[in-house]
Amino acid sequence: MTDFNYIGKKTSRPDGSDKVAGKAHYIHDLQRPGMLYGKIKFSDHPHARIKHIDTSKAEGLTGVRAVITATSTPEIRIGFLRDNFALKKDKVRQYRDEVAAVAAIDPEIAEEAVDLIQVEYEPLPGVFSPHEAMKEGSPLIHETDAQGRARTDNMVPLKFHHESGDLKAGKNKAKSLVEGEYSTPMVQQCCMGTAGCIAEFDMSNNLTIWAKTQIPFLAQRDFNRALSDMGLPGKNTRVIVPTLGGGFGTGLDTHAYEYIAILLAFQTGCPVKIVYTRAEEFANLSPRQSSTTKIVQGCDRNGKLTFREVEVLQDNGAYTSWGATYPSVMMMPATSLYRVSNVYFNARLVYTNNTYCQAMRGYGNPEHTWALESNMDELAQEAGIDPFEFRIINRNQPNETTPMGLKVSTCGLKECLETVAGKLGWKKKPKKGKRTGKGMASLIHVGGGGRIYRSDASGLILKLDDFGNVNVYHGGVEMGQGLHSVLTLAIAEALGVRPEKVLINPTDTGTCPWDVGTHASRGAFMACNTAILAANKLRSQIFELAEELFPKEAEKNLKKFMKKNPDYKPPDFDVSKAAKRERFELRDGFVFIKEGPQEPWLRIELGRLLRAIHFRSQGQMLTTEVFYDPPNELPDFEKGFGNISATYAYGAQGAEVEVDTETGEVKILRMVAAHDVGRVLDPQGLKGQIYGALAQGVGYALYEKLESQQGKILNPNFRDYKIPTVQEMNFPIDLEFIETDDSYGPFGAKGVAEPGLVPTAPAIANAIYDAVGVRIRDLPITPEKILAALKQLKQIK
Amino acid sequence: MKIEISFILNGSEVSVGIDGHLRLIDVLRGPLGQTGTKEGCGEGECGACTVIIDGRAVNSCLYPALEVEGKSVTTIEGLRAPKNELSVIQQAFVEQGAIQCGFCTPGMILSAKALLDSNPNPSEEDIRDALLGNLCRCTGYVQIVEAVKKATAQLKGKK
Repeated sequence: MTDFNYIGKKTSRPDGSDKVAGKAHYIHDLQRPGMLYGKIKFSDHPHARIKHIDTSKAEGLTGVRAVITATSTPEIRIGFLRDNFALKKDKVRQYRDEVAAVAAIDPEIAEEAVDLIQVEYEPLPGVFSPHEAMKEGSPLIHETDAQGRARTDNMVPLKFHHESGDLKAGKNKAKSLVEGEYSTPMVQQCCMGTAGCIAEFDMSNNLTIWAKTQIPFLAQRDFNRALSDMGLPGKNTRVIVPTLGGGFGTGLDTHAYEYIAILLAFQTGCPVKIVYTRAEEFANLSPRQSSTTKIVQGCDRNGKLTFREVEVLQDNGAYTSWGATYPSVMMMPATSLYRVSNVYFNARLVYTNNTYCQAMRGYGNPEHTWALESNMDELAQEAGIDPFEFRIINRNQPNETTPMGLKVSTCGLKECLETVAGKLGWKKKPKKGKRTGKGMASLIHVGGGGRIYRSDASGLILKLDDFGNVNVYHGGVEMGQGLHSVLTLAIAEALGVRPEKVLINPTDTGTCPWDVGTHASRGAFMACNTAILAANKLRSQIFELAEELFPKEAEKNLKKFMKKNPDYKPPDFDVSKAAKRERFELRDGFVFIKEGPQEPWLRIELGRLLRAIHFRSQGQMLTTEVFYDPPNELPDFEKGFGNISATYAYGAQGAEVEVDTETGEVKILRMVAAHDVGRVLDPQGLKGQIYGALAQGVGYALYEKLESQQGKILNPNFRDYKIPTVQEMNFPIDLEFIETDDSYGPFGAKGVAEPGLVPTAPAIANAIYDAVGVRIRDLPITPEKILAALKQLKQIK
Repeated sequence: MKIEISFILNGSEVSVGIDGHLRLIDVLRGPLGQTGTKEGCGEGECGACTVIIDGRAVNSCLYPALEVEGKSVTTIEGLRAPKNELSVIQQAFVEQGAIQCGFCTPGMILSAKALLDSNPNPSEEDIRDALLGNLCRCTGYVQIVEAVKKATAQLKGKK
């Protein structure tokens, strides 16, 4: 194993002290001189024609600076299918549709003004489930597409399909076969810091927006397009990302509220801030999509999978966000978790009058792994094979290519499964009389970027100053996950400076190089790869310049040293001769000659060498820029082929639960999580990522569901929408990291941000089955569902 | 129109003229500029706005500002010593990796402080009870509970 100075060692995150001191500044804390407060008027109907909007009363309110509607502002289409609008003109398609907005001198006046806006609607029949929406003659959510062509049904025009091998032959070969339908609810990301932005124009009509985004550069592109729609072609947007109070996928799209802030700022000539309340966040920010997955799998007499057939149906809601492309990720476990040939995968997305959905951590993988890993246990039982053994038989292995064309480099799935089985005491039977059980589930996820856009790249600028500081400009987004911790460690390690000399600047499209966005567990993988490239470039530059300057500085050092130590006899060593670029080393902020005498005067502090490089005739400052695009492919999602990531993360989780058969309550006794992370970069941060993701997985498994009736969100608060508290998370979690040292990974590391929640729900469901013999196929697994299933089980018996 | 209120904020007396209907969080974050107090829900459900009033952890989003008259309020800004020295609990949060996005952190730390001020020897159950009203979406609470345990041990050692 390589010996690292900083990688893998316990450190504290660079923003930790500011955060515990209340000094981190979120969008909620930012103010601009002359700033106004924006507020949005949302629809009162899930589907209706807008007949008339009366804004006169709102305009007359003292303190109101602007009231806008779709008729008073230029049309701005948003979303990657451009089927959504900043403000809605002719009709509303969901309860949260934005019909008007206000800017006022304080938030209370803005709220009062919004209440004074009167909208006359002509209600239309709505459709609230994909099945309803697919029926012939069902009301059309969108009568035309973005190009104005007439639409004839409610299907979202996106295809996700894969076929490989011979499904029929695979079915014929199967000795055991199990079919099941598994569903998942809409759930909310629940960032503790709600969404918001500040938009401000300068006198040249260039826009600056402080945005809670994970995609600053794609947002810049989106906003520039909006500026063009507003009659400001060629004008630019600068996106600045403040401290984020969580992301979890909410920042992967640009949102109507951001465009509304832009319109209000342009109209008023003042900065405009819009921040959602918690109720607005629950009702008006897109959640994770609900989905239904039908899956059939079969295995031969030896337990080897012979085929897999998957049909996914997703409720898209009224408009299309990037989150609609969940099936692009579902395809990965569908084709590539466990060795299986003869695979069929198809996903359909349907418009409804429900709230439209967007990305959330895991991006389709938790949904699909829920179905797949539940079904794996059912098939194991049908085949009479232990679920752990069944997984070992079918496990993925290093250096294989999967039916989707994923090129697996390293794969620690076997080690992960064995760790879970070992730590869980898999073979140990529960004590008599106890309704306890054990379950496990595995995962595959992208671990080396995820190309869903034509570039999957990330840039980095390192600017060295006269003091030996490394000023960092990176386009990735720190949203709490610890990106800046690992970037700091990677730069310190690769360049050879102390971590405290690495100073990361705020993410800003005006100063940072391009990055596609912080999603797909790519942050650390990308940032640290750029760090290594940039550090290598800087080291070459420094060492080249040191050939001339190092001996001079060493000589000055020696003179000083001799003054202090008159009896000192320097070793017989020709510094000028030894001062060759290949012989220099930089470590802990000092440049020295490898295999030279270890004299104190032969160690030159980096800042001093940089000053020598700077302050001379035709001096230089050292700044370097790199751009890293990983070796992966943009898959053809309609055919379902392509190596989407440079490497893949694997893992397995296990749960032991106790089920109260009187109340249906599930108590998690303990969990084990074993993850193939390639290499541990920041141990504390890594643990935090897995603990936190696992907690979200527990919420997904047992508690969380955004309740919607006729398109209306019924539980827009933390009283009625339960996320795990410190009491629900009151059980031991045993973490184990498998280091497979991946050749594509920086220092061997793979992405880890999402894997921690992917297998949690099926592991818990499998444990519940083991405990009481009921199989719940619909998340969340509530006490009511368990009691109903137990009752049914009794009747059958 | 404005009503003058006086109270002790982080050890110093403050007087501020406010609209009578304001909540304590509005006064802290607005005229007093204490933006370390976070508003996560505005309904007393998430604990991000926790401050300590006369020794008790309180949701400042539910607390009428007028009622703070004559009382002593501690916000996260009051925990660090001058010259940016962190308190024991804050330092424990940093060292245990108990922070991710940080939005819940000030409230979490103040709930922990109110506990340790009144009960220097809490059990793990006491710690979980004290933090029950503070939601965190990032950490799964594991390192937060560890941090409070560590702070407990360190504070005992100091005495």
